[in-house]
Amino acid sequence: MIVGERKPFNEIRAMLEGYKKVLILGCGTCVSVCMAGGQKEVSLLASQLRMDARLRKTEMVLGENTIQRQCDREYIEPIVEQAGNYDVVLSMACGAGVQLLAEMLTPLPVVPALNTTFLAVADREGTWLERCRGCGNCILADTGGICPVARCAKSLFNGPCGGSKEGKCEVSLDIPCAWQLIYDRLSDLGQLSQMEIIQPIRDWRPSDSGAPRSIVREDAIGVSGEKA
Amino acid sequence: MSVFEPRVVAFCCHFCAYSAADLAGSMRLEYAPNVRIVKLMCTGKVDALLLLKAFEDGADAVYVAGCEEGDCHFLEGNLRATKQVDRARKMLEEVGIEGDRLRMYPIGASDAPSFAAAANEMTEKARQLGPSPLKKEG
Ligand code: SF4
Ligand code: SF4
Repeated sequence: MIVGERKPFNEIRAMLEGYKKVLILGCGTCVSVCMAGGQKEVSLLASQLRMDARLRKTEMVLGENTIQRQCDREYIEPIVEQAGNYDVVLSMACGAGVQLLAEMLTPLPVVPALNTTFLAVADREGTWLERCRGCGNCILADTGGICPVARCAKSLFNGPCGGSKEGKCEVSLDIPCAWQLIYDRLSDLGQLSQMEIIQPIRDWRPSDSGAPRSIVREDAIGVSGEKA
Repeated sequence: MSVFEPRVVAFCCHFCAYSAADLAGSMRLEYAPNVRIVKLMCTGKVDALLLLKAFEDGADAVYVAGCEEGDCHFLEGNLRATKQVDRARKMLEEVGIEGDRLRMYPIGASDAPSFAAAANEMTEKARQLGPSPLKKEG
């Protein structure tokens, strides 16, 4: 899932400076699951903003709502009218959600309440770990299911580097060396010969180092305006 | 000017802290009359939002009283509550309200004196800090 973290309160307050009517809009998918921007977080932030307005003796009208997804037009459409009653929308979605919202609600300003961080797994309660960078050309089949792009500090394709020591990455003793993990997993799988394969120089164009990426699926596009 | 009488809200769990409150009554222990008890089946029910709302609704101090560590009838409700209290304290501080207005107390079912002491301590704390900044006039 996409994980995010709520911005510090002062930063959020600064973004809302000068606005009187604020709609706080949560997102019911990834950021709900990672407890950063769902319904509960909307209520908590609203409570904080109400208290802050009272303390500063400013007037603030706060609306609260959470939609299923802010990265999908069909979920935003039903709230366009409601949003029109506010001066600004404080989105608690990931950056993608904030942007679609901003596009669909123009000329209403939309500001982000979260920092979008990474693609993660929920490791255990309250802990999310980065696992994928969306590189556009997955090599997990060669690496025992462990991603060297996201999990090696240097994103090495032919690791480990000389800094790998006792299974830890030289960047920090808290970080396992991704290439040690790969080695161990390949060993468990009986596929250690994979380590001998020299990965060729990587074509990074499918990754985020290219232009903004897009996927267009002809079969998923409706005919004469109908949904597929 | 009228004397400030703090409004203190205590979220107490059924099995321990509330039993202790009950016992305090039976033992005719005196404690600050400022405390209003909200009984919960378990303090595991407490979340940060509930605590913030209590302040929004006019509390000068709030405390959560659950079982002692290891004694929770729902195993870890009290530990969960402690974390929610910590979280709510941080959120209060973020908006400029003293975190000390909010606390967690472990109180065993038979420990009426501790219940009375907690009630007095939080009331005293609220007196020291004065009315909640959310209530200040003008
Ligand atoms: S190789 Fe690329 S697509 Fe595969 S997990 Fe790593 S970053 Fe994601
Ligand atoms: S020690 Fe391991 S994880 Fe760290 S940079 Fe080197 S190969 Fe990558």
